[in-house]
Amino acid sequence: MGRPSPEINASSMADIAFLLLIFFLVTTTIDVDKGITVKLPPWSDEPPETQKLKTRNVYSVLVNANDDLLVRGEPMMVRDLKENAKVFIMNPQKLENMSERPTSAIISLKNDRGTSYGSYLGVYNELKAAYNEIWEEQSQSQHGMPYVDLPFDKKKELRSSIPLVISEAEPTDFAKK
Amino acid sequence: MSKFSKKRGKTVPAISTASLPDIIFILLFFFMVVTVLKNSDLMIDVIVPDATELQKLEKKSLVSYLYIGTPKERYRETYGSAPRLQLNDQFATIDEIPLFLEKEKLKIQEQLQPLMTASLRVDREVTMGIVQDVKTKLRKTGQLKVNYSAKQRAKDL
Repeated sequence: MGRPSPEINASSMADIAFLLLIFFLVTTTIDVDKGITVKLPPWSDEPPETQKLKTRNVYSVLVNANDDLLVRGEPMMVRDLKENAKVFIMNPQKLENMSERPTSAIISLKNDRGTSYGSYLGVYNELKAAYNEIWEEQSQSQHGMPYVDLPFDKKKELRSSIPLVISEAEPTDFAKK
Repeated sequence: MSKFSKKRGKTVPAISTASLPDIIFILLFFFMVVTVLKNSDLMIDVIVPDATELQKLEKKSLVSYLYIGTPKERYRETYGSAPRLQLNDQFATIDEIPLFLEKEKLKIQEQLQPLMTASLRVDREVTMGIVQDVKTKLRKTGQLKVNYSAKQRAKDL
């Protein structure tokens, strides 16, 4: 009794506070909007001109109402799609039934109105991933650096030498959705 | 005055409150960081699909959101459980999209208007039928820049 309690030293309080601030700043992730960006084709009321394409240049992907995948007439799993598409586009062995040149390769994607959006986007994602991987590989072998580090004009050049063409047909309506 | 001090003999020194402002500021900063300003109350359930090839949407002000999903539990009685489109704070029909986009366009500067992106936040369970209708409407309206909103997929899949 009677002894004065010593004053609490508060000078380190600020440090503790800043530590907390930094901790929360680091651990909190702000939700950023991410997604797959696509450019839709402009609408025209006239039916599109029918182009005669060689079958070997068309990589047709069908997703039906049960979310099953049919690639060039053969059933396939989504996880195999990327590798298969890459082989089709680049055609390293110059096979007769695959694209003549990467520039003439066309991916035709068709779905049903009953296809679930998740699996549709999953397929779209794999096709895009195939192109992204090809660009990455080409960038590494031609310029020796990752694709993201390439200057803008080089990126453009690479993209036009192996263009991403995904043509989406009007969906079928077997499921009546 | 002396009623209490008599008992203790001497006054206890006051606890320094010099750091209180710091603590308050910390709280403020924390809430500032974690708060996501929601501009529309979702009346539908939207769980966006996973994907790997994601691109960030750079300019938030140039993005207009279109939500598609099944109505939340409490709205099912009135609106049913079929997938619906939501624009701003209310359910909308596909025909309301052009007007909505026009209004969004007026909010941004004229020279930036061609850069406007429509972000489709669509539930993964929704069937493509309604999505297709929305896409067709967007094409007819001339809103061709579209972003399918998705989450980053966990790496080892």
